[in-house]
Amino acid sequence: MDAILLQILNGLDKGSAYALIALGLTLIFGTLGVVNFAHGALFMVGAFVAVTVQRLFNWSFETVDPTKTDFLGNPAKVKTPYVESWFGPEVGAAMIDWSVPLAILFAIPIMIVVGFVMERGLIKHFYKRPHADQILVTFGLAIVVQEIVKAYYGANPIPTPAPDVFKGSFDFGPLLGLDTSLAYPYWRLVYFGFSAAIIGAVFAFLQFTTFGLVVRAGMADRETVGLLGINIDKKFTIMFGIAAAVAGLAGVMYAPINSPNYHMGMDFLVLSFVVVVVGGMGSLPGAVLAGFMLGILESIASMNVIKELIPGIDQIIIYVVAILILLTRPRGLMGRKGVMED
Amino acid sequence: MSNSNFTRRGMLKTSAIAGAGFAAPTIFTASSAAAYTNEPTGSSVTLGFNVPQSGPYADEGADELRAYELAVEHLNGGGDGGMMNTFSSKELTGNGILGKKVEYVTGDTQTKSDAARASAKSMIEKDGAVMITGGSSSGVAIAVQGLCQEAGVIFMAGLTHSNDTTGKDKKANGFRHFFNGYMSAAALAPVLEARYGNDRNAYHLTADYTWGWTQEESIAAATEAMGWNTVNKVRTPLASTDFSSYIAPVLNSGADVLVLNHYGGNMVNSLTNAVQFGLREKVINNKNFEIVVPLFSRLMARGAGENVKGILGSTNWHWSLQDEASKAFVKSFGTKYGFPPSQAAHTVYCQTLLYADAAQRAGTFNPCGIAEALEGYEFDGLGNGKTLYRADDHQCFKDVLVVRGKENPTSEFDLLEVVEVTPVDQVMYAPDHPMFAGGALGTCNPGA
Amino acid sequence: MFGLNKKDTTLFIIVAAMTLLAPFILNPFPTDSALAQFNAGYPDLMQRFVIFGILAIGFNILFGLTGYLSFGHAAFLGVGSYSAVWMFKLLSMNIIPAIILSVIIAGLFALVIGYVSLRRSGIYFSILTLAFAQMSFNLAYSVLTPITNGETGLQITLDDPRVLGVSVAENGNPPVTNLFGLEMRETFTLDLGAWAFQFNIGFYVCALIMLAAFYVSVRIFRSPFGLMLRAVKSNQHRMNYTGLSTRPYTLAAFVISGMYAGLAGGLMASMDPLAGAERMQWTASGEIVLMTILGGAGTLLGPVLGAGFIKYFENIFSKINDNILHTWFAIMPDGLEDLLVTIVHPFVGKGWHLTLGLLFMLVVTFLPGGLVEGGQRIAKALSRKKKDEPKTPDASE
Repeated sequence: MDAILLQILNGLDKGSAYALIALGLTLIFGTLGVVNFAHGALFMVGAFVAVTVQRLFNWSFETVDPTKTDFLGNPAKVKTPYVESWFGPEVGAAMIDWSVPLAILFAIPIMIVVGFVMERGLIKHFYKRPHADQILVTFGLAIVVQEIVKAYYGANPIPTPAPDVFKGSFDFGPLLGLDTSLAYPYWRLVYFGFSAAIIGAVFAFLQFTTFGLVVRAGMADRETVGLLGINIDKKFTIMFGIAAAVAGLAGVMYAPINSPNYHMGMDFLVLSFVVVVVGGMGSLPGAVLAGFMLGILESIASMNVIKELIPGIDQIIIYVVAILILLTRPRGLMGRKGVMED
Repeated sequence: MSNSNFTRRGMLKTSAIAGAGFAAPTIFTASSAAAYTNEPTGSSVTLGFNVPQSGPYADEGADELRAYELAVEHLNGGGDGGMMNTFSSKELTGNGILGKKVEYVTGDTQTKSDAARASAKSMIEKDGAVMITGGSSSGVAIAVQGLCQEAGVIFMAGLTHSNDTTGKDKKANGFRHFFNGYMSAAALAPVLEARYGNDRNAYHLTADYTWGWTQEESIAAATEAMGWNTVNKVRTPLASTDFSSYIAPVLNSGADVLVLNHYGGNMVNSLTNAVQFGLREKVINNKNFEIVVPLFSRLMARGAGENVKGILGSTNWHWSLQDEASKAFVKSFGTKYGFPPSQAAHTVYCQTLLYADAAQRAGTFNPCGIAEALEGYEFDGLGNGKTLYRADDHQCFKDVLVVRGKENPTSEFDLLEVVEVTPVDQVMYAPDHPMFAGGALGTCNPGA
Repeated sequence: MFGLNKKDTTLFIIVAAMTLLAPFILNPFPTDSALAQFNAGYPDLMQRFVIFGILAIGFNILFGLTGYLSFGHAAFLGVGSYSAVWMFKLLSMNIIPAIILSVIIAGLFALVIGYVSLRRSGIYFSILTLAFAQMSFNLAYSVLTPITNGETGLQITLDDPRVLGVSVAENGNPPVTNLFGLEMRETFTLDLGAWAFQFNIGFYVCALIMLAAFYVSVRIFRSPFGLMLRAVKSNQHRMNYTGLSTRPYTLAAFVISGMYAGLAGGLMASMDPLAGAERMQWTASGEIVLMTILGGAGTLLGPVLGAGFIKYFENIFSKINDNILHTWFAIMPDGLEDLLVTIVHPFVGKGWHLTLGLLFMLVVTFLPGGLVEGGQRIAKALSRKKKDEPKTPDASE
């Protein structure tokens, strides 16, 4: 029982990452009708904002310490981060420690700008082109972005730890009155809470603001909204920025969970497409629901009991579920008729 | 095999065709002109460096390439000579190989069998490479080794740790300097026993592909032999990026040791996840919970940051070794590139020198001559102490380093410390050991 | 000729000539010149060009005609390869039974996957095919290792039975793939002045099969069946309203296209007897999609061009290292040489992906019809110069 509880908890956490990425993807799908293969790259860029902020805070000047030697036997250079010399060692060290949460402040404007530039500079020209062309251009863009990151940061994963406070895990066991432990890492719990907050914020924004009203109307019937004299294009640019920011934030917060590398976006890309489609094209709640559902099922399928029953099930569970759902529900969980069905 | 397969562009230089034109086209197969595939006839010899330049192992590939360039420089008499000065064989004098200047071509394996073979084929068919070397995964090594056997060139494996490379998939034209899963296990087991006792319950997480399985089989056998109990062996999909669902159940399984049979990105993530779950702070069965990573790579371990501290594992070579050869290599590499070499860089540098030396001793580039020169060859002075290239399976036998993540690193490269050098006798095994059984070397293939 | 109209005949003859003369066309630079790096006329790459050409032609029958975007086509390629290698292991090294089996097995796979996936359309169809292919890949890599040899890939070994052939060749090595004794790897070299042209048996076998495949594809495009498929693309609902079931047509197209992929897989294994699971990964499926779109979806020639384009960059650009750059720019003064090397460096060697990505973006932005449109524009510009001669044959459709 506790094993299942643990996997459900874990599935919620995994699912929150899927849901967050799928949410951004659906925003672009649903509002702009663009198949964005560069969405994974946006997630990766977000994670590298965290890496960069950490690097910036760690940016150091070198002093030669004659008492030590480096690997070649020359006098060693000792690095002192600038932040430590500017703000004092304690504040500086704290800043470095908290670089990932602080990176959020940087990530929001950066990602919105990235989104704007992408939409205005490239995607805009592809609204009326076939989906195939959109795939090609966004895939090309994803490769280019990846390669640039690789050129600067290398191909190996880069450790981007969470603040020390969040190290270790919380034991739900005693809380739930279990006699076994049910430990789960703090930072993953933070990630879950953060995702839930972002998802809530996006829904609230679409539900309760005029802007959101127009966008939702645009999602339902773009032409009519345009005929009403509303400049839907401008709204959509902003929407793209928001979607990029959501993907980027998902990336920033993900950095401490698994060290970022340049192809992490591609790893998530296929999965997030599956999530979006299982959720149903054009449905935001569907995407979120599918994200959590697949996350939980994936976790449960990786339990030893189940793996012994059906060997290899954890490798393919997501795809099996996707096939079953798409065959029983033609438009995924909550898809709307006529969206991307041609 | 009277007809042959691969032709050579270098042929041109000697095929005395002055006037162009269809009047006198000379059509011939390689067999009529060359004794073996890509026999170098000009003043230079071409080696093919086939390393991952894209994909997750691109950084290791880049480091291998640096070492290759350094080796070529040394072979051609440039630089400070590196390990050529410490190498027990003194045949190499810095004027290339057999008097021919060493040239090289590079390619991208993408860590995919298909791409690696395509790249190696282009080196053989287009560039006239007489030897192919490199790689950073066992799948690729075995695929390219098979190709080289068919094509009739020598394959000097790069970083490949699976037992199969010199086990069931061994080939007469293929040679491996790197150690393997069995050796890692044999070297680690006594150290694990000494530190963690012989009453332990181990939980294995294993990357679900051939390397992972051979590693798991080896380490499980070695630890069980000293009294450890294997609680569970769980296979994880290779494509996994998040191991939380596999790590989470470990705590309640009664295990007190977690063995991560993962490499590269998998290892970085699974280790990071395990530390996140607080495994290392736990006390189970009145013993501190321990994590073991049988194959360490310093380059990749950097990705796990602080998490590697205190974790035991094994490695083929480490730059902090203090023997003359290692010091010479680190100095040479460090002076040129500004940082110390990785174990991948070391093994491919050695492979290049060993190939060159074998050609020099054999007096030919003929793969059969070189194979004969390498088989049963004993040497020293390449950083691993006394080493034997065993004739039965073309595997190098040498001391194995047991390392541990360093608690107080003094620099970004100073991640591992050597805790024990396990002597070669302890990691030796019979050529027909069950873990290596099946398959046969076959006979050397010179191509033409 | 051969039941083709005049335009198609011209196109077919051009394709045939270009394919058969590929060893010359792809080797424009003298062997020892600095530009020889750009030569692509060596057996392995020429084989790859035509094999991926077959793959793309087959994919285009599905995608170009019906508009159904399969994102799992690599599965059929992989299945075809595995079938072929198993034939080599069990039966003989003759490529004919291997290729026949790979086409049949891939066809059966396509029938099953197509039957299920074609119940949905649009992106739902794409994801269904993707899911099937990813399942095949993941299982081939792990649980199915006894059949696929997992990560290492299925290779022929000395202890294979090969009931109609020999397990071990006379020289102690595994036998090589052949067509009734004609070895696939046999290559003749023609030295002409500074050039060396390589004629490889395997390449010509692949090339002839590709021409046959191309011919069949032209016939399909021009047949009533092809017309029906186009009707599906333009408006499936209307087709359904007329009381016509389109499923049998789309399924037929899917199976044919899967068999083409199986043929390509079988040929790939015949040229190089190895079958690896990565051949089925989604990236491989994506590559087929990219090839087709890049070349020009729905055109006859486009997909082949797209396939050649991507394979060229993968195999040629990835091999250009700094050393080669330095020899290219050696005539420049030192400072300038280094500068040029620094500028070019990020785009070649390990940066070949970057160049490819940039070219994807440029082509799709400026040539909406893919590479074929580029060709047409050039052709138009040329024909205009020739004083308004009648338009050159339109390669599209």
